[in-house]
Amino acid sequence: MNLILQLRKKRTNRSFMGNAAMFAFLAVVGSFMALPLVYAINAAFKPLDEIFLFPPTLFVRNPTLTNFVDLVALLGNSWVPFSRYIFNTVFITGMGVVGHVLLASAAAYPLAKFNFPGKNIMFTTVVLALMFAPQVTAIPNYMIMSWIGWIDTYWAVIVPAFAFPLGLYLMKQFMEQIPDALLEAAKIDGASEYKIFWSVIMPNVKPAWMTLIILLFQLLWGTDGNGFIYSEELKTLHYATNQIIQGGIARAGVGAAVALILMSVPITLFVFSQSRIIETMATSGMKD
Amino acid sequence: MSEVVTEERRPDIGSSLQPARRPESRWSVKRQAIKKNKHAYVMMAPYMLLFALFTVLPVVMSVLISFSYFNMLEFPKFIGWQNYSRLFLEDDIFLIAVKNTLLFAAITGPLSYLACFLFAWIINDLRPKLRAFMTLVFYAPSISGNVFFIWQMIFSGDRYGIANGFLINWGFILEPIQWLKTEMYILAIIILVQLWLSLGTGFLAFIAGLQTVDKTLYEAGAVDGIKNRWQELWYITLPSMRPQLMFGAVIQLTTSFAVADVSIYLAGFPSVNYAAETIVTHLMDFGTIRFEMGFASAIATVLFVLMVGTNLIVQRLLRRVGE
Repeated sequence: MNLILQLRKKRTNRSFMGNAAMFAFLAVVGSFMALPLVYAINAAFKPLDEIFLFPPTLFVRNPTLTNFVDLVALLGNSWVPFSRYIFNTVFITGMGVVGHVLLASAAAYPLAKFNFPGKNIMFTTVVLALMFAPQVTAIPNYMIMSWIGWIDTYWAVIVPAFAFPLGLYLMKQFMEQIPDALLEAAKIDGASEYKIFWSVIMPNVKPAWMTLIILLFQLLWGTDGNGFIYSEELKTLHYATNQIIQGGIARAGVGAAVALILMSVPITLFVFSQSRIIETMATSGMKD
Repeated sequence: MSEVVTEERRPDIGSSLQPARRPESRWSVKRQAIKKNKHAYVMMAPYMLLFALFTVLPVVMSVLISFSYFNMLEFPKFIGWQNYSRLFLEDDIFLIAVKNTLLFAAITGPLSYLACFLFAWIINDLRPKLRAFMTLVFYAPSISGNVFFIWQMIFSGDRYGIANGFLINWGFILEPIQWLKTEMYILAIIILVQLWLSLGTGFLAFIAGLQTVDKTLYEAGAVDGIKNRWQELWYITLPSMRPQLMFGAVIQLTTSFAVADVSIYLAGFPSVNYAAETIVTHLMDFGTIRFEMGFASAIATVLFVLMVGTNLIVQRLLRRVGE
């Protein structure tokens, strides 16, 4: 009883029974959310005979690194060196994230702080773009890419990611709460708008950078090339690992090991940036 | 904000320099405003050009191509509404896809939205450390990439699948169930996995929104006779975070209409008797396999109208929360 009381902050209007019921509910659904991930982590350390045990078990009994050893052996045999897949994904993700943060911040600053003709229509279009999924534009995008000549290059994945609408939206909302007095002071010191953007605004929106970084990271880290990339040596980690996972029953253990490695990266990133992301999301609201 | 001040002063300067000229027309005022904000346009240009090229132009193209016969080899031929009439009158599978998509959207949209809010709200009562941990537990599935293949192991059709294994072991069933090959179960499983994946950006926005609600409002509310957490929720919390509620709705709705990856991964492509066909998988079928680009664009246009239309209606409804 004391334990539950300690778990929460002192708040008015909270009955003990209500709290108990709420936390029980949270615990049940929380386990449902966590179970598949816990299972994946355990499966990665299970020897193959334990994965196909009847009745099935959740937790590993004889933890082993066999799956990871098998994975390394498997990767050594691939036609394109596996490091190439890693490089492809890291390059696409790195370029995409940096470009997006720079372009979206530069575009968000005028939208957040100035009044100019065309501002409303531009922002409304970006908000509208949040309202449909990218699959809608897949076919015309393919045609545009082939006109530009970017089919089967990294750029077909990287450059459209620069103009990811959610990032601009969140960045603009976050910039609006930077006090105008800060900008005034810089202006009086004779700084140009570009200078103000770079040395006053940018350092003050670091939480929003983190948010844009993790959102785009998530998008690009898991990309399979969006159908634009054909050459084996340009394909991404996600594509290569999917081939392993789809290898059927014999690859179940290795597949779990791959999944564990792949998911640990974005989750780690989130663990370290959680508070800054929440700070950004506080300004994410849509005004009428 | 100094911009606004100088804006108002501008006509005075103009008239004092050139007293003979007529009062400035709307257009010349506009042109001056554009000139004065040149830096704004320069800074927005790179993003907006790419945005126009890869988001706005494709939508326009999609609508235009949907009125043509186009196979990527010959020049598109205008055929009027034929694609649409074929879509709604002749293509039985499209109707299944629409039915499934609407079903997914009608269930996962509102449910995931409620779940995002409900859990954010409960988590908000926890102490900071525990709050951060629970946020991670609920948010992790949505960022762990293709880890939903784990669900394939859970619902695997032999007795080594987790679901079958436990059900057989506990005596509920005698024979393993072909979960992902039986029409009856496919939809339910996809909805379940989709819900599991759905506590993403909207969920974080709610967590953040709850933390920004003015604490003194709760104290004032308690003095004014708010008796329990439900009244507090309805009269104080919800109205204070209406902007986040609207943002979260957009995010959850848009994802709920775009179910495809999970369906393809778990149920296959095409799925048994098209039981898991959605508008997006139908679009992929015609766009990337059959290369009927005109027809595929008609599907994309229908999807676009459906998503944006629903979003706009929901936005309108949410403005009334707590009023």
